[in-house]
Amino acid sequence: MAETKMVNLTIEGRPVSVAEGTTILEAAKTAGILIPHYCYHPGLPIAGLCRMCLVEVEKAPKLAPSCATTVAEGQVVHVHSDKSLDARKGVLEMLLINHPLDCPICDQSGECELQDYTYQEGRSDSRYREPKRFNPAEDFGGDVIYVPNRCILCTRCVRFMDDVAHESTLNVSERGDRALIGKFEGKDMTHPWAANVVDLCPVGALLSKDFLNKARAWELDRTASICPNCTQGCNVIMETRENQVVRMRPRPNENVNAFFMCDWGRLNYRWMNEKNRVERPMVRSNNGLAPTSWEAAISAAARALNGKKAFVAASPMLSNESLFLLTQLMQGGNGTFRVTEGEEAPLPGVEDLALRRERAANVYGAESLGFKKTKDLLGGMGQGDVLVIAGEDLAGIDASALSRASEIIVISSVLPEAATKASVVLPIANFSEEEGTVTNLRGRVQRFTQARQAPGETRPSWLVLGDLLGALGQQSSFFLPSEVFAKLASTNKSFAGLSYDTIGFKGLPLVDAPPTKPKASIPVGAA
Amino acid sequence: MGFPHHPNPRETTVLSQHFGDAEARTLDGWKKRGGYKALEKALGMQPAEIVNVVKESGLRGRGGAGFPTGVKWSFMKPGDGKPHYLCCNADESEPGTFKDRELMRWTPHALVEGCAIGAYAIGAETAYVYIRGEFTEPLYWMEKAVEEAYAAGIIGKNAMGSGKRIDVHVHKGAGAYICGEETALMESLEGRRGNPRIKPPFPAVSGVFGMPTTINNVETLIAAAPILLNGADWYKKMSLSSPKSTGTKLFSVCGNVVRPGTYEVVMGFPFKEFLYDLCGGPLHGRKFKAVIPGGASVPIQTMDEAEATLMDYEGFVAQGSMLGSGGVIVIDDAQPMVTVIARIARFFAHESCGQCTQCREGTAWTTKILERIRDGEGTVEDLDTLIDIGEQMTGKTICVLSDSCAVPVISGIKKFRGEFEALIQGRRFHPVTAAVA
Repeated sequence: MAETKMVNLTIEGRPVSVAEGTTILEAAKTAGILIPHYCYHPGLPIAGLCRMCLVEVEKAPKLAPSCATTVAEGQVVHVHSDKSLDARKGVLEMLLINHPLDCPICDQSGECELQDYTYQEGRSDSRYREPKRFNPAEDFGGDVIYVPNRCILCTRCVRFMDDVAHESTLNVSERGDRALIGKFEGKDMTHPWAANVVDLCPVGALLSKDFLNKARAWELDRTASICPNCTQGCNVIMETRENQVVRMRPRPNENVNAFFMCDWGRLNYRWMNEKNRVERPMVRSNNGLAPTSWEAAISAAARALNGKKAFVAASPMLSNESLFLLTQLMQGGNGTFRVTEGEEAPLPGVEDLALRRERAANVYGAESLGFKKTKDLLGGMGQGDVLVIAGEDLAGIDASALSRASEIIVISSVLPEAATKASVVLPIANFSEEEGTVTNLRGRVQRFTQARQAPGETRPSWLVLGDLLGALGQQSSFFLPSEVFAKLASTNKSFAGLSYDTIGFKGLPLVDAPPTKPKASIPVGAA
Repeated sequence: MGFPHHPNPRETTVLSQHFGDAEARTLDGWKKRGGYKALEKALGMQPAEIVNVVKESGLRGRGGAGFPTGVKWSFMKPGDGKPHYLCCNADESEPGTFKDRELMRWTPHALVEGCAIGAYAIGAETAYVYIRGEFTEPLYWMEKAVEEAYAAGIIGKNAMGSGKRIDVHVHKGAGAYICGEETALMESLEGRRGNPRIKPPFPAVSGVFGMPTTINNVETLIAAAPILLNGADWYKKMSLSSPKSTGTKLFSVCGNVVRPGTYEVVMGFPFKEFLYDLCGGPLHGRKFKAVIPGGASVPIQTMDEAEATLMDYEGFVAQGSMLGSGGVIVIDDAQPMVTVIARIARFFAHESCGQCTQCREGTAWTTKILERIRDGEGTVEDLDTLIDIGEQMTGKTICVLSDSCAVPVISGIKKFRGEFEALIQGRRFHPVTAAVA
C-alpha cells in the first residue's frame, strides 16, 4: 500500500494531522471537535447543502462548508469563532421558521439534531411573524412515515435510496420553500433496507411506524448487541423501555454493516419480549413436571446424563460459549441444528452486506464447534441416547419423533410442545437477556451484551451448562461468560488468542476465517 | 442597434448590426454578410493562438461575472486524454435581460460560428447550446441554423474541410431560472434536476459528464468571431474608460423609458447619456427615480449614482452596483420602490432550487416580510430583520441566487429607506401625488 501523505493543520487551536483528502469536518472529529452538521453523513455521498457546518478558515474569503472542504497544509480553522457561530445561528433560525414547535409530541425529541444544536448554538427566540408552511403527513410505505413540516431537506434519505440502496424511490419535489421529499410514481419504501432512512433523518420528519409514539428517547436504555436475526451479524443497539425491547438500531461497524441494518432484522425483536416463558426449573415426578430448586434440577439432569451418550439438538441462536459447553456434555454423542431460511436481500451500496438466507445469529459458530447442520433435526439420534434440547423450539416436529430417546432434557427459554415428556426442564435466558459471542458468516466473532432482565428464576445458558458440567464432575463452574470464552479459546485453535478484551465491541475474525479485504475505517463518533 | 428602434449614431454596432434583417438569419444571407470567415480563419490557426488573441483582446464574460474569457479558455489543458466540452449558456432568464434572445433571433449563425470557434479553441468536439425553455422563437432559429450549418459541412465530422470534428447540439431547458447557473445548467443538461453543484471542482476540471468543460455566455461566444477577424487591438481600442473593460456591450433596456430596447455601446459609455439620449429619457411628466443596471440581482442605483456611471465592469462597481448581464431596468417616480423590491424578491423565492437552507427559507421569508410592508402591515423592526436575513443569505450558499435576492433588498432599504418607513407609518404610496411632488 502506498504511503498516505499526512496533512498538518490547526483546528480550534489544536494541532491535527490527518491523511490527505480528509475533510475538515472529519479532521475536527479526530481532535474531539464535532462541527454541527445535517446533510453530511459518513455513509452517504457529500451534498454540502444544509450549510450548517460552515467554519472560518484563515485567509479564505468566505466561510467554508467543512463537510465538502478538504484539509490543506498549515490551514487554521475556527469552528467556534464569532463569524462561524453567527452563520450557524442564522441557519438554525432559518430551519426553524417553518418547523413546527411540536417537540412534545415528536418521536425524535431527545435524539433530534435540530433540537440539540438549537439548544447549543441557536437563538432563544424567532423573528418569524408569518404563517408557517403546512403539508400533510404521508405514509411512504414499508415502515416509514413522512412528516414534511418537520423536514429540513438535508436529502440524506434521497441519497441513501439512490446511492446506497440503488433504488431511486425518493426525490426532492417542488423547489424553493415549497420543496419537500416526494416519492416517485409507483414506488414506495418497501425496499428491504428502506427503514434506514429513519435513522439517517436528523429530525423527526421520517418516522418508524413500528416505533411511533411508543417511547420517548430519554426513557430508553441502550445496550450494545448483535442483531440475532441472520448470519450477517449486524452490530446493533438494543433499546429497552421498562425491560421490554422496543427498538433495534444499527451500530456502526465498517467490517460488518457500515451504518445500516435491514428492515427484517430491525423489526424482528418482539420474540425477545414474549411472555410464554418457562420461568422456573422443573423436574418430572409422578404428577408430571413440577417446579423445583435449581440445585435439584441440575442434579436430576446430571443423573439423567451420567455415563450416557447425549444427542444435542441445539439452536443456532445460542452463543459460542453455550454451544462449546454443550459439546462437553455430549460424551461421545452428536449435536445437530437446523436453520430457518428466507430470501437473501443485499444492500448494493455496501460491500458484502445483506440480509442473509440463513436467519439465525450463530450458524457459523455452531458449525465450527462441531454441530451438524441438517433439515432432519433428530435423524441422527441413536436408540437410547439422552436427548438434550437446547434452545430448539421443535416446531413442526411430532412428539413421536422423540420417543427413541431414553430421556429428554430441555434447556430452553420456552418449553416446546413436542417435548412435554421431558424429565428435566432448565429455563435459560434468551438472546437479549445474556452475554456472549456469536460468529458471523465471515467468521467474525462478535460480543453481545444483556439488554433486558430474564424473567423468573431463569439463568443465563452458559451458567446453567457450566453448573451441569460441574455436577457431572467434568469441570468446575464458571462465574463469567468471559471465563467460558477463555476456556474455549484455550481448547479450540480457531479461537486461539481471542478474548473478550481483544474482541471488544467491533469483533475480530477467527484465526482460520477466510481473509477479507481491509475496509476503510469509520471515524470515531461517526453517525 | 437600438432594436426595435432606428439605430442611434452614438451606438457602436458590432454584434447587433444585423438585428431586424431577416436575411441575416439564413446561411446564405449570413455568408453574404461575412459570416463563417472567422471560423475559417480560426480552423487555420492553432487553438493556443486563438486563446491568446482572445486573452489579448480583453474580452470578458458577458453573462454577468465578467471573468476574462481567454483566461477561462486557457484552463482547458490540451492532451489530458479526456473529451472536452463547450457549453453555451443561452438560458437567459435574468429579469430585465433580453440581449441573448435578440442575438439568437436575428443572428443564429453567429452563435453557431462562435460555438465552433470556442469549441476548437478549447479542444472540444462537442458544443451544447442550453437554451431557455421559454425561448420558442430563438430555439426555432437556432435549430434551423444548426441544421443548415451541418448540411453545408460547416460543422460536423469535417468542419469546413479542416478534418476537425465539431458538433453543436441545441438543448432546450424546461423553464427554471436556476439552470442559468453554470453547474445547475450542467446537471440539467445531463438529465438531472437543475441543482447547482458544490465548487470545487470547477467546470474546467469536472463539468458536463464529469469532463473538463468551458461555459460561456451567448454574447461572449459571438464576440469571439469579430475579434479573430479584426484582431485583438481593434477590440481593445473600443473602450472609453478602464482598459480592463474592452469592446462593445449589449444592454437591454426596459421599464419606464421612452424607448426600451436592445442597445450596443462601447465600454465606458456615459450612463446618463445612454438613458436620456439613446433610450429617450423618462416618460412624459415623469422623473427617473432608480435604475437596476445589470439584471434583477445587482444593487439598485439611485439616479445620482446612475448619472455618474461610466458603463463598464469597473464603472458600475464604482457607483454602487454591477454591470451584471446588462439588463437595465429603469424605475420612475410613479413606482413604489417597496412594490418593486417585493416583486423582485418574490421572483427569487419562486426560482430558488431549495437546496441551501439560507436561500430556501431566506428568499421566501424576505418576500413575506416585504409584501407585508407593502400592504401596510410592516413594523420598524422588520427593516432590521430584512437586512439581517440578507446578510445571512450572502456568501454562505452553494450558488449566488441567495446573494442575488439579498442584494436588491439590502440596497433598496439602504437607498430608499424613506419609502419603507412611510409605508410602515401608515402613509400609503400614491403614484400621482408621488410623481407630482
